[in-house]
Amino acid sequence: MRPKTVAVVGAAETTRLGRIPDMSAIGLHADAALNALADCGLTPSDIDGVATAGESPIEIARYLGITPTWADSTSVGGCSFMLHVRHAAAAINEGLCSTVLITHGESGHSRIGARRGAPSPSSLQGQFEAPYGVTGPPTAFTIPALRYLKTHKLSVEDLAWVSVIQREWAAKNPRASMKDPITVADVLAAPMIAWPFTRLMCCLVTDGGGALVLTSAERARDFPRPPVYVLGTGESVETPWISQMLDFNYSTAFRVSGAKAFAEAGISHADVDHLMIYDAFAHLPLYGLEDLGFCEPGEAAGFIRERNTAPGGKLPLNTNGGGLSYMHSGMYGMYALQESVRQMRGLAPAQVPGAKISVCHGVGGMFAAAGTIIFSNEAP
Amino acid sequence: MDRVLPAPTPETRHFWDGCKAGELRLQRCADCAESYFPPRPFCPVCGSRQVEVYRASGKARLYSYIINHRPRPDMGAAPHAIAVVELAEGPRMMTNIVGCPQTPEALVLDMPLEVTFQDHGEIALPVFQPVNG
Ligand SMILES: [Zn+2]
Repeated sequence: MRPKTVAVVGAAETTRLGRIPDMSAIGLHADAALNALADCGLTPSDIDGVATAGESPIEIARYLGITPTWADSTSVGGCSFMLHVRHAAAAINEGLCSTVLITHGESGHSRIGARRGAPSPSSLQGQFEAPYGVTGPPTAFTIPALRYLKTHKLSVEDLAWVSVIQREWAAKNPRASMKDPITVADVLAAPMIAWPFTRLMCCLVTDGGGALVLTSAERARDFPRPPVYVLGTGESVETPWISQMLDFNYSTAFRVSGAKAFAEAGISHADVDHLMIYDAFAHLPLYGLEDLGFCEPGEAAGFIRERNTAPGGKLPLNTNGGGLSYMHSGMYGMYALQESVRQMRGLAPAQVPGAKISVCHGVGGMFAAAGTIIFSNEAP
Repeated sequence: MDRVLPAPTPETRHFWDGCKAGELRLQRCADCAESYFPPRPFCPVCGSRQVEVYRASGKARLYSYIINHRPRPDMGAAPHAIAVVELAEGPRMMTNIVGCPQTPEALVLDMPLEVTFQDHGEIALPVFQPVNG
């Protein structure tokens, strides 16, 4: 895309986050959508483009009373919303629609109106992964980590540091699910989920939602809040089978998506003030820092341990507390985008002073897909 | 709960028939010589449909794994490894490791392994055990 031709003008999460047993998944979509529309002073009839994952955009459009000229049902897991932003920018630039609503809602904890099914036994996943006891993210997403640790002569403690420092950020966020400080010893002593991952190295499972409204940069100046411009975008997909990832030491999808976004934005890593990396498990920020080019292979763990990504560090990372401590409904990418937008608006609870450029990187499935959005609050 | 088992398709039938016969069968491209997995009727490297099925050595090394402390009911109650092995011929596959304790001390990355087959009636699952105990 062409940088700064499209901007976020509305952004909001659901009114509540965490445990919401009195709302269904589609209800969470709608609550977030209405909050985001109120944020930019629009109503559903002003929307002519709809994108969502988890539910069908058909269902979301009818539920909210929207008759769109563009719809995107891209559903590649938790980074789907990064891809929606990217596709929405292209659609707006091409004139397919003018004002796009992207919604997410998930009853991840309460499972009200939630969808999920085991893979069909005749699918390739059902034939070649499920029979060995793979049941979902804790038993699949985690598998590459031991190889990564061995390659770089790292230890389980290096994973634990990721959780410890993100909890420091969460402590600054009133809406974070987990705010009490933790130590490396606490992380290692937590109940074992899937060696080497303890419970504190795994994301939360909560209920919530979020929504974004995007329009052209030209129109964006006429909205109540200052626009957050889309500076660069990237996406890629790699494999639905974790066992067939090209290399367990890095994510090819991360590398392709990140490089594309940086090239579009025309910025260097030194220009980045704020960073979000989807952290379903503690090893993901390590892969993300390296695959996006902020650290050399094997150096991300030291970079985090030395507090470069912690409060007061030079590259604030996952400033909402991340999926590990803020919230994680299942498809966390929307919350990473929300935090990037808050930081660019200067409204984040743990605000990075003077931040002008935010990189927001999402993963989909278990290293299956990736999406990267680079935001800026500086006008074109 | 019954063990979760694969349902072979026409494109994968040779693999599961091989397991039942005690053979680990891979496919190889006649044009570029690449071995690949999971099964499909063309080469994922060059796109050629000229592929053959052959019996693999069954030798592998332990590439990475987790030890699941909350096993699916059909896998029993004890923590067990879910592993990815790298076959001597190159491809990697998901599997379980048998014939050794399911502990980090016993499951050492890069340890040599060999295939063995676990009988589940119509299906035999390929699993791997340490070479020489
Ligand atoms: Zn070939």
